[in-house]
Amino acid sequence: MSISIPPNTESNSKKLQPTGWLRYFSFSLDHKVIGIQYLICGFLFYLIGGVLAGAIRIELTSPMSDFMARDVYNQVLTLHGTIMIFLWIVPVVNGAFGNYLIPFYVGARDMAFPRLNAVAFWLIPPAGLMLISSYFINGAAQSGWTAYPPLSITTPAAGQIIWIISVLLLGGSSIFGGINFIATILKLRQPGLKLMQLPMYCWAMLGTSILVVLSTPVLAGTLILLSFDIVAHTGFFNPTLGGNVIVYQHLFWFYSHPAVYIMVLPAFGLVSEILPVHCRKPLFGYSTMVYSIMAIVALGLIVWAHHMFTSGTPPWMRLFFTIATAFIAVPTGIKFFNWVATLWGGRISINSAILFSCGFIVNFILGGITGVALAQVPFDVHVHDTYFVVAHFHYIVYGGSVFVIFSSIYHWFPKFTGKMLDDNIGKLHFILTFIGFNLCFAPQHWLGLNGMPRRVAEYDPQFTFVNQISSVGALLMALSTLPFLWNIINSLINGKESGPNPWKALTSEWLTSSPPPVENWIGEAPLVTEPYGYGHKTKNSNSPVQMNKKQETS
Amino acid sequence: MPTTAIYTILISLALIVGSIWASNSLDFLPAVASSNAPIYDELFKVLFVIGTVLFIGMTGLVIYSLIQFRKRPGQEGDGLAIEENLPLEIFWTAVPAVVILFVGLYSYDIYNRMGGMQLLSSDSHSHHSMSAQERLWGGIGEVKQEENESEVLPVINVELSAMQFAFLFNYPKGEIISGELHVPVGYPVRMRMESKDVIHAFWVPEFRLKQDVIPGQPTILNFTPTKTGKYPIICAELCGPYHGGMRSTVVVEEPDEYIAWFQKNSKSPDIEA
Repeated sequence: MSISIPPNTESNSKKLQPTGWLRYFSFSLDHKVIGIQYLICGFLFYLIGGVLAGAIRIELTSPMSDFMARDVYNQVLTLHGTIMIFLWIVPVVNGAFGNYLIPFYVGARDMAFPRLNAVAFWLIPPAGLMLISSYFINGAAQSGWTAYPPLSITTPAAGQIIWIISVLLLGGSSIFGGINFIATILKLRQPGLKLMQLPMYCWAMLGTSILVVLSTPVLAGTLILLSFDIVAHTGFFNPTLGGNVIVYQHLFWFYSHPAVYIMVLPAFGLVSEILPVHCRKPLFGYSTMVYSIMAIVALGLIVWAHHMFTSGTPPWMRLFFTIATAFIAVPTGIKFFNWVATLWGGRISINSAILFSCGFIVNFILGGITGVALAQVPFDVHVHDTYFVVAHFHYIVYGGSVFVIFSSIYHWFPKFTGKMLDDNIGKLHFILTFIGFNLCFAPQHWLGLNGMPRRVAEYDPQFTFVNQISSVGALLMALSTLPFLWNIINSLINGKESGPNPWKALTSEWLTSSPPPVENWIGEAPLVTEPYGYGHKTKNSNSPVQMNKKQETS
Repeated sequence: MPTTAIYTILISLALIVGSIWASNSLDFLPAVASSNAPIYDELFKVLFVIGTVLFIGMTGLVIYSLIQFRKRPGQEGDGLAIEENLPLEIFWTAVPAVVILFVGLYSYDIYNRMGGMQLLSSDSHSHHSMSAQERLWGGIGEVKQEENESEVLPVINVELSAMQFAFLFNYPKGEIISGELHVPVGYPVRMRMESKDVIHAFWVPEFRLKQDVIPGQPTILNFTPTKTGKYPIICAELCGPYHGGMRSTVVVEEPDEYIAWFQKNSKSPDIEA
């Protein structure tokens, strides 16, 4: 017997739950259903955030503010940032894939706290709808996703308060998820499965969840203080009442810099799962990959003030945060060298999943290089709060995380649905996305260096042409969504049956039917101690997957 | 494998030479109009060369791998079972660490040359009576004066107050309040900045300088303009609906033109600029 959890007391309640498509609208406790709920909900918000991005790019095709009212423009950019971060990337790279995959990877039948898991998901749709509906009440928040006071105190209060409540709910959801992942990874591991045998995504989620649990409460506290300033006219951050606006920035970035790692570390984990399967090679340098994730987590908590180099920071602080920030490039670099080494000498199937993963590597390296440059105070004092920064972080969160989300959808869609996606349409989707993305954001580096600040609806006419190129790129990105959507819908209906393991992968989500049964495996859970055991050597010996074989921990 | 090694060295050299050439011949930055702008551009070139070599090198490796190691029709089976290589891991941990250390030390040196590490409170030029309690945070400290200059030029003191959606420049010496910043070329300028409402930022791309203008917290920015002309002053911190329109101009002019402008606008014309 190697069942790691005692006979599940939840099974009875699960039997009462709806089956079929209706269960995706229910308070389901099945981690796989919750994962899909996160994914689809996140994707719908991605489409809304994308429409808002389109509105921004239309406004910026001309140097005058002529497409929408100026305050509406600020609402649009605030909503775009908030939706893309809190309702798309964070819930999808953590909630969607985390919920679906982590129980498989640790050999469990569900997450540690299934009810908390469902609560965490069901906080998201109302929070998101509330955030968007604030636009129709009295105008949405218009102080950017950073909500710096005193601007956030002096702009119309209703939108800002709704924004705060939404972000608090989403932060709560994130904390619930983080606690659940930590408990599941550390406590629900199958007997015999050692920590250093876990797939890399588990390590990425463990690191991410530590960041979530340590830093999100700080954001929550900060936003509660900010709401007191708005509603009760307290003076925490209001300089006219003796408050300090810089303190808000420190508290805000104490969460919001780690938030970048909350968006990219899970993506790093997902890529580490996808590459070995399609390269037919072990993940290169497993143990250094694990240590570098933990190094990123530790360093990620002590770099926040690099967002404040022009705010008013004493010289010693600028120096410290420059060095700490730049050194994150070392563990991050290790991961990229290891991925390239994983490609090297492989037998690579050139499919949509691998193309999006390689697109991620290329985009993220550029974003990482501009990141090291931005960490240098003398460099930052020129380009801070310009389009250079806009380009940089879109290379990180879109070129990085969103490319990985698409790669993961191509990789795990057969597991989610039992159907294959059309790979040729997938390649078209990749080409459109990759060209559109780079056309949209690469020119923005130049805009920032030459004097275009971010968050403006009007700009110097000398930048018109480059902005139009960028908008054409945005149009291509919008168009790239169409083949993707068509591919999803068409494959769901007419797609080829995938079978349990179309990629001949070794991790345990593939060692069950597609889609998997309610408690993941019929019979005992397989014990996978070599999740990356591809390659010639293992070819002759037995499969590294030790089905139903108990290993004593010594 | 000596041929592979030779190719690797040749390609790396070509990359380095190519990016140094590109950093010198391509023009990524606006005009140079302050004493710290050429220092900034020096840093930019170094970062550009390192970044380009890394980016093209890594992208090249990814594309080469995708082509060279692609699964060809009819091929079955797996790739090589290479799992790790400790010397390689040490190599690509150590090399980036050394590069980062170099970049960090180099940018520290650049920042020091810009005057960033100087304490802002220790100013002998200021005519304000600043209380000891007042904390001053700032961008860049006083730019070190060129060593070959025998005479120390007087510092031009300006007070900037920002509000939605304008910059106002106050010259305390001549009691001038102006919407445009006038400064004489070659003279060090010390600007004390404070906002009346929300956070703004003072940015002149041609000076390569930016500093937030904060309510309730004065900030200091020092610079020395080096090229005559008119340059845009841009607000770089989201400050409300008209943020994009919050712009002004800095007029860098010859000292005699500056004195003429100063005396024309000054309420106490006998005082020299």
